Amino acid sequence: MNADGYHAERIFASPHAHGGAEIRRTMLQVLLALAPATLFGFWLYGWPAFFLWLLTLFFAQTFEFISLRLTGNTGQTGSPGDGSALLTGWLLAMTLPPWSPWWVGALGAFIAIVIGKQVFGGLGQNVFNPAMAARVALLVSFPLQLTAWVAPLPFSGLAAPGFLDSLRITLGQIPVPDAMTSASLLGHVKTELSRGVGLAQVLAADAPRLSWLGVRSGSLGESSSLLLLMGGTFLLATRVIRWQAPLGVLAGALIPAAIAHGIAPETYLDAASHLLSGALMLGAFFIATDYVTSPATGAGRLIFGLGVGLLTWIIRTLGGYPEGVAFAILFMNALTPIIDRYVRPRILGRTRSGQPLRRPATPPGAGKGA
Amino acid sequence: MSTSIKTLVKDGVWNNNVVFAQMIGLCPAAAVTTSGTNGLGMGLATTAVLVIANVLVALLRNIISPQVRIPVFVVLIASLVTVVDMLLNAWLHELYKVLGLFIALIVVNCAILGRVEAFASKNGVWPAFVDGLAMGFGFTLALTLIGLIREFLGSGTLFAQASQLLGENFAFLEIHVHENGGALLMILPPGAFAVLGFLLAGKRLLDTRRHSD
Repeated sequence: MNADGYHAERIFASPHAHGGAEIRRTMLQVLLALAPATLFGFWLYGWPAFFLWLLTLFFAQTFEFISLRLTGNTGQTGSPGDGSALLTGWLLAMTLPPWSPWWVGALGAFIAIVIGKQVFGGLGQNVFNPAMAARVALLVSFPLQLTAWVAPLPFSGLAAPGFLDSLRITLGQIPVPDAMTSASLLGHVKTELSRGVGLAQVLAADAPRLSWLGVRSGSLGESSSLLLLMGGTFLLATRVIRWQAPLGVLAGALIPAAIAHGIAPETYLDAASHLLSGALMLGAFFIATDYVTSPATGAGRLIFGLGVGLLTWIIRTLGGYPEGVAFAILFMNALTPIIDRYVRPRILGRTRSGQPLRRPATPPGAGKGA
Repeated sequence: MSTSIKTLVKDGVWNNNVVFAQMIGLCPAAAVTTSGTNGLGMGLATTAVLVIANVLVALLRNIISPQVRIPVFVVLIASLVTVVDMLLNAWLHELYKVLGLFIALIVVNCAILGRVEAFASKNGVWPAFVDGLAMGFGFTLALTLIGLIREFLGSGTLFAQASQLLGENFAFLEIHVHENGGALLMILPPGAFAVLGFLLAGKRLLDTRRHSD
């Protein structure tokens, strides 16, 4: 992660002071920002969610360690202790169904760390966001396991599984009881719309799913929009992330959703539902802001974010999958080099087109005195 | 150019393997290797074309004028591919349906034009024959290997439907490893690139180890 290039557009001339940012510290701040939503998720979905989270983090760190050993650990591809693998694993765990069996987390960690990151040359070299690449690979490979959501336990009237039963769920020994499965809002809407049921009817029974508190079925990262927003605000306040990408993502999804809903409310989901469901909040604040895979300039990040938001809305509305944040982010990751090619900061002393600035014919103030 | 048969075979199979060293003919190597059987069938078809094209060009190399050699090679290879295409359609129709367009595309497989241009047009009939066989064998090996790995990870079988390609006697090759299916992604294009990449890395690792010893 290019901590120095982060403020590249602000750096004009020496001397520079070091801001104290280093990879490990930045990663820890992001992990801290993710913690409230994750803890809330553990409470909602019980022990299996915690085990899956723990396993995914463990495997991510292990694969990172093995990869770095194999590549000789020259320090150029990151160090095992920099926390970047933990963050990748954590983000991946937040996008998985909380009761997935253990191998989903392990395989996802392998795809994210080895194929998504280390094969490209390690930290800072990857083209695609590793966590999103792994999630999409898992979703395409195992559609069944990756869409098996459970109902939020504390409010469903169902008894949460005990510690040992939870362990067996994560180890895949007992399947998720049918009574506890539940479709996520976006999946539910997609299914019902394809059956020809109008939206008003679909949503009438689903009011609680829309609450800001996020008591609904889904992954850890889509349950509580409010807590994710809190984490995002913390990152903005500590200047770990900048506002352009999150704003772009939210606006990019919000504007088309509001327009379409205004025109045909029976077929298009309203803007608030789009904003609060799926991985949009997580994507906006934690994934679209990845230093490595998003553009380096402010304007570039805004374009990147708008693209992610718009594509998410398009995929959710017109595509075959109910959720599209991961696809949208991967797509815009691929466009990042092009965005960076065309949106460049102005060079000091040059115009936007690279020509030297012309000095005024008479220095300002000179005319007044005469 | 005097090259011993041993060197030719070693080059074709390992040192100068069409897929893993020359990195040509990657289109069929990625597109048809969704199962071991497909890879094997494609490899064998390509080998047949490669051997005959090599021999014919080695025979005719003194009458083909250098200025028009490429069109002549292309016409030669195209005719051979058409023959193989029709033969497969007649006798191995199931495989033909799977490989489909890729049989016709053997014409533009760089591996064949490459060997004809780089080797057969400068060597006698016997070395050209051996070279075609060795290169074809290496190509078949690579395609079968990629196919087997993708098939194993993607659908949990090995050499499924091999009896349709090789006859009922080879039905023992068909193995169901696990029943749960597999990672669909490995059957899709990304799986081909991932497997190819890891195999390339593995070969390089082996080669570096061998050279450093």
